[in-house]
Amino acid sequence: MRLQYPTNINIIRVPCTGKVDIIHILRAFEKGADGVYAVGCLEGDCHFNTGNLRARKRVEQAAKILDTIGIGGQRVQMRNLSSGEGPLFVEYAKEMVELIRELGPNPLKKAKAEIKKRENAA
Amino acid sequence: MIVADKKPIEEIVQEIEDVKSLLIAGCNECVTVCEAGGKKEVGILASALRMYYLNKGKDVKVDEVTLERQCDHEYLEEIRDMVERYDAIVSIACGVGIQFVAEQYPKMRVYPGVDTCFMGATEKRGLWVERCQGCGQCVLAKTGTVCPITRCAKRIMNGPCGGSTKGMCEISQEIECAWQLIIDRLAALGRLDEYEKLFPIKDWSTDRAGGPRKVVREDLQQ
Amino acid sequence: MITKTPSKLEKVLAAGHLGVTSECGPPRGSDPEEIIKKANLIKNHVDAVNITDNQTSVTRMCSLAACIRLKMEGVDAVLQMVTRDRNRIALQSDILGAASFDIYNILCLSGDHQSFGDCKAGQNVHDLDSMQLIQTIKQMRDEGKFLGGDDIKRPPQMFIGAAANPFADPFEIRVPRLAKKIAAGVEFIQTQCIYNLDKFEKWMELVRDRGLHEQVYILAGVTPFKSAGMARYMKNRVPGMDVPDEVVKRIAGVPKEKQAEEGINICIESIQRLKEVEGVKGFHVMAIEWEEKVPEIVERAGLYPRPVVE
Repeated sequence: MRLQYPTNINIIRVPCTGKVDIIHILRAFEKGADGVYAVGCLEGDCHFNTGNLRARKRVEQAAKILDTIGIGGQRVQMRNLSSGEGPLFVEYAKEMVELIRELGPNPLKKAKAEIKKRENAA
Repeated sequence: MIVADKKPIEEIVQEIEDVKSLLIAGCNECVTVCEAGGKKEVGILASALRMYYLNKGKDVKVDEVTLERQCDHEYLEEIRDMVERYDAIVSIACGVGIQFVAEQYPKMRVYPGVDTCFMGATEKRGLWVERCQGCGQCVLAKTGTVCPITRCAKRIMNGPCGGSTKGMCEISQEIECAWQLIIDRLAALGRLDEYEKLFPIKDWSTDRAGGPRKVVREDLQQ
Repeated sequence: MITKTPSKLEKVLAAGHLGVTSECGPPRGSDPEEIIKKANLIKNHVDAVNITDNQTSVTRMCSLAACIRLKMEGVDAVLQMVTRDRNRIALQSDILGAASFDIYNILCLSGDHQSFGDCKAGQNVHDLDSMQLIQTIKQMRDEGKFLGGDDIKRPPQMFIGAAANPFADPFEIRVPRLAKKIAAGVEFIQTQCIYNLDKFEKWMELVRDRGLHEQVYILAGVTPFKSAGMARYMKNRVPGMDVPDEVVKRIAGVPKEKQAEEGINICIESIQRLKEVEGVKGFHVMAIEWEEKVPEIVERAGLYPRPVVE
C-alpha cells in the first residue's frame, strides 16, 4: 500500500503488545519522548489470548503515574487494529501526532535545558 | 508470605522533597512475589521519581538496587559502600525490611515506599488474601484448619455471630464468614460434634498484646 | 425453680409467668431526660428494660450510666454489654460498677462490627467473645473470682442473658450454638426479631428435641413495623433478619396512614401465636424509637398487668 505516516514516530517492534511493560513506557518519557502509544491487535484477537488486554492495563497504569508526576497521562495511549488495516494505522498515527502537538513537548526537555542553563551560569 | 501494596507516589515524595540523591531499595523475597517491591517495581518507582524531580527543575540522582533479602543483616551489609553516597533510602521491602535497613544504617534517612498489609497468599495474580495474624498460639487444630482470628471480622472464637448470611460476613458481601467455613470443613471431615466444644478464653499474651515478640532458639544460637 | 439473683425478671420467669422485656437506646448526648421519659412510658408494662450498648456501633451515652438512671427511677434494667469495645479488664470492671448499683441483669453480646457505625476507622477489641463473657460473669458471680483468679469482695449478682438469632446462617448450627451458650452459663435468651414464625417454630422444635427449653428461659423477640418502608428495610438491609414476603405485602397492602396500626396488629398476632409455642417463656418487645407503643402492645397481647413477685 505504501501509505505515508508521520515521520516523527519511532516504531519499536515487539512480538506482542503483552511484552510492553510500564517501565518501557516510563523510560521512553525519561529519554525525551513526547508521547507513547501501543498498537495491539483487536481485543479478542490476541495470538496469546490476553497480551493486548494486559498492554491496555499497563498503559493505563503508566498514564496514572505520568499524571501523578506532572508529565500528563494523556501522552500515553493504547490503540487496537487488525494487521490488514494499514489505513487505520496511518489514521491513528496522525491522531496521536495531533494530540501531542496540542499537549506540547515533553515538559522534561524544558526542565533539563533549564538545569543545564543554571549549571552553565554557575 | 508478607503481602504489601505500593504506596502512592504522591505520598512518598512528600517525605523526600529536599534530597539531592536517593536510593530505591527493593527486596527479592515476599514483596517480589506480591509485585510491590521487587526489581521491577524498583525500576518503575525510580523512573517515576527521576521524572518527578526533573519536571520540578531539581537535579536529583535516583539509583536502584534490589537486595536478596532486606530482613537479613548479611545481605544489608552488601550495600554498605553504596549507601554512603545517598541522602536517603526509599525501601520497598516490607515493614520489617525497611526497619532493618534503618537499624543497619543508623545515620541514614530511610522511608517506606510500600504499605505492608498482612501475612497471606496469592489467590490468583493480582489477588492476595490474609490467612494468619501470628497470634503466637495456633488454634487451627480446633477450628477445622480455618483461622477465626484472621478471617472473622470480630475474631470470634465461638462463632458464627448473628450476622452470618448465606455464608457471607455481615460487614461485606465479599467476605466469607469464617465460621461458615469452619462448620463446612468440620462437616466435610465428619467432625461436626467438635463444634459444640466451647473454646476457652484465649491467652493473648503471645499476640501483640504481650509487646514485641521474640522467638528464641538456644539450640541454634552460637 | 430456684432463683440465683435478686433480679425481678428472673423471679417472674422462675414463678412460671411469661416475662416481658423491652429496650431503649441511650441518647446521643449527655441529657438523661430522654431515657428517663422513655423508661417511665413503659415501666409498668415490662419486667425489665434493656439498655443497648452503642448499638450498630454508633456512639451513644454508655449503657451502664443509662442503666443507673433507670435504677434511680425504680426500673429494672438489663445491661447490654458488647465485647467489641472493652477488653477483659474493662468488662469485669464495668460489671462490678453495675453490681455496685444493684443492676441485676446483663445481656452478653459480641456487638455489631464498627464498620456499621460512626467510627469506621476505629479498632475493635474482641478480647473475649459473647460466650466467654457469659463464662466470665458466671465465674465472677458463682465462684466470686475474677478471671485472673483473685477473690471478689461482694461478687456481682446478675441474671445472665444472651441473644440468639434463629434466622442467621447456617441454620443447622443455630441450635448447637444455643447449646454452647447454655453450657457457658447463660440463663435467659432474647431472640432476634421474629417475623418468620414458621422458621422460628421449626427452630424451637429442634430446641425442644434437645431439651434446651428446660435449661434456659427463651424470650421471643418482636418488633412492630412502623411502615412498609421499615419492613422492606429490615428485609433487605439488616443482616441476619428474616422478613417473609407475605409480611411485607400485608403491611404494604394497607393505606400509608394505616400502616403503623397494621404493624402493631401483626406484632400482637405474632405474640399470640408465639405464646402457644412450647418453650417460649416470654417476650422481648423492641419498639425501635416507638417506645410509647409498648404499653398498647403488652396490653392487647394479654400480658398486662405484670405479675408482682417478691
